[in-house]
Amino acid sequence: MRVLALDTSTSAVQAALVDLDDDELFLTSFRREIDSRGHVEKLGPFIEACLAEAGWAAKDVDAVVSGVGPGPFTGLRVGMVTAAAFADGAGIPVYGVCSLDGIGGNTRGRALVATDARRKEVYWAVYEDGVREGEPQVGRPEDLPETGADYAIGEGAAKYAGELAVPAETEPVYPDLVKLVELAAPRLLALAPSEQLTPLYLRRPDAQPAKGPAVRPASGK
Amino acid sequence: MKNEPLVMGIETSCDETGVGIVRGHELLADAIASSVDEHARFGGVVPEVASRAHLEAMVPTVQRALDDAGVTLADLDGIAVTAGPGLAGALMVGVGAAKAYSIATGVPVYGVNHLSAHIAVDTLENGPIPEPAIGLLVSGGHSTIMMVEDLAGKVTQLGASIDDAAGEAFDKVARLLGLPFPGGPYIDRAAKDGDRAFVEFPRGLSAAKDQEKHRYDFSFSGLKTAVARWIEARRADGEDVPVGDVAAAFQEAVCDVLTRKAILAAKEHGVETILLGGGVAANSRLRALATERAQAAGLTLRYPRPKLCTDNGAMVAALGSHLVAAGVAPSQIDFPANSSMDVEVVSLANAL
Ligand SMILES: [Zn+2]
Repeated sequence: MRVLALDTSTSAVQAALVDLDDDELFLTSFRREIDSRGHVEKLGPFIEACLAEAGWAAKDVDAVVSGVGPGPFTGLRVGMVTAAAFADGAGIPVYGVCSLDGIGGNTRGRALVATDARRKEVYWAVYEDGVREGEPQVGRPEDLPETGADYAIGEGAAKYAGELAVPAETEPVYPDLVKLVELAAPRLLALAPSEQLTPLYLRRPDAQPAKGPAVRPASGK
Repeated sequence: MKNEPLVMGIETSCDETGVGIVRGHELLADAIASSVDEHARFGGVVPEVASRAHLEAMVPTVQRALDDAGVTLADLDGIAVTAGPGLAGALMVGVGAAKAYSIATGVPVYGVNHLSAHIAVDTLENGPIPEPAIGLLVSGGHSTIMMVEDLAGKVTQLGASIDDAAGEAFDKVARLLGLPFPGGPYIDRAAKDGDRAFVEFPRGLSAAKDQEKHRYDFSFSGLKTAVARWIEARRADGEDVPVGDVAAAFQEAVCDVLTRKAILAAKEHGVETILLGGGVAANSRLRALATERAQAAGLTLRYPRPKLCTDNGAMVAALGSHLVAAGVAPSQIDFPANSSMDVEVVSLANAL
C-alpha cells in the first residue's frame, strides 16, 4: 500500500512516500526543510519531488496520512488542506494522526514531548514507552505540571531547555512521517472510511478584526 | 461550445470559501461557504476565524461545485486560485488546496490576482470585455481604479484608497448608526428613504490641491470621522439621529467621489468602457449614479449581478478561463500566497 504522508505542524515542512506492506514500513522517498514560513511554497514541490524520486504517479498513491497538530495554525493548515485536497483529487482516503505522536511514538521510558507553540508556549504531551497519556496541551514551559518525565524532546524542548523542569534533548526532533503512517496502519489496512481532518488547535482564535485594507495603497504607477 | 476551457476557481482571500466552475464565459457552478456570521459580532473579519472556516469548508465546497456543474476534476483544463491580495493565512488554505488538486489530477494550476478576477467575472454576464477598459473595484478590502489593457496580462492601477477601503467605511458608519455587519447592504436599505442632500459630508481628495498627486485616489477615513462627529454632536444636543438621512448622505459622498474619479479616468485615458466590481458594486446608489454619469459622458458601463460582485469562486474561474484561452502559461508549483500582491501581476506565470 502506497501512502503519502505529510506534516507541517512544526517549522519542518515534510512530505514522504511510505510503502506499507502488512506490518512492514518502507520509507520510499522523503523531503524536509526547516522553514517556518515556507509551508505553502515548499510542500507542493516536495510532494512532486517524492513522487518523481519514487517513480510513482499521483494515481499510484493509495492513501494519505496527515499530522493534525497541534502546531502553529497557519503552517499546520497548509499541510492539512494539502492532504485533504490531494486525497479528494486522487479519490483516495485520508487519515489524521496527532503530530506529537510522530515524536512521542518513538520514545522509550517516560518522555515529555514539547513542540514550539510560539508566544513563549509549547504544545506538549507525556509518553510512557511511546504511548501518549491524555490529550495534548498548550502552556508556558516553566508552568507545566509535574509530569514525572525523565526527559523532554522536540523542537519546543530544545528551545526552552532552560525553562523546563526535566532535562531536554537539545537537538530538535520533528514528527517522524513513518511513525505517523505506522500509527494510522490499522485504519489504512482496514480500508477505513476517509476522515474529515480537524486540527488540534488547543487555542481559541484571537478575535481581532483584520486592520485596514488587505491591499496596499496606490503605487502611483 | 465544448472546446472552450473548463476551469475551476478557488477563492479564499477573505471570509468566503468560494469555488466556481466556468466553461468559456458560461457559469456552471458558484458554490460558496461564508463565515460572515461568525465575524458579525466583532464588526469585522477576524483572520483566524476565517482561516479555520476555509479549511473546514474547502473540500466540501469543491465537491458541491463539481456536483452542481456536473463535471469531474479530470474534465478540467485548469485550476485557478486567488494567490493575493488578501489575508495571508486565508489565502494559504486556497493555494494549498489548489496545488494539491493540481498534483493529484495533473490539471495545471494558475495563481491569479483577486482584483483582476473581480474584473473578469463580468464576462460571465456580459461577454468578452472590450479592451482597454477602466475597472472600478470597490469592496471591504479595496477601492481601486484599474486600467485593463489586456485582462490576460496588462493591468495597471491608476488610483486607490490611501486609507480605508470604501467597504470598510460602510461597515464603520453602519456601526455608528447601530446597523449590523457587514454594513453595505444595511446602509443601502436605510438610505432608500433618506435625503441624500441632508448633510454635505466631505468628498476626500477632491480639492484642487489633490488633483495632481491623488487624481484617481480615494480617502474615506475623513468621511468616516465626519459622520462620527456629526452623530456625536447631534446626540450631545439631545436630538435623535435620522438613520435614513445620514445613511443616504454618507452613501452619496462615497458614490459621488467613486463615480466622478472613475469617469474622469476613463475620459482622460480615452477609454470607452467602465466596469464595476467588488462587494460595494452591489450598492444600488453606486449603480444608479454610475449609470447616470456614464450615460452623460457617453461611456459604456458594465456590471454583473450583485451575487457576482462580492467575493466568489466564479470570478477566479472566469479569469482562469480567460488565461487558458489566451494561452498564458500556468504557474509553477512553488508559487507563494502573497497578501499584498501587486495589481499588475494578473497571474503568476513561469516568467514571474
Ligand atoms: Zn474582493
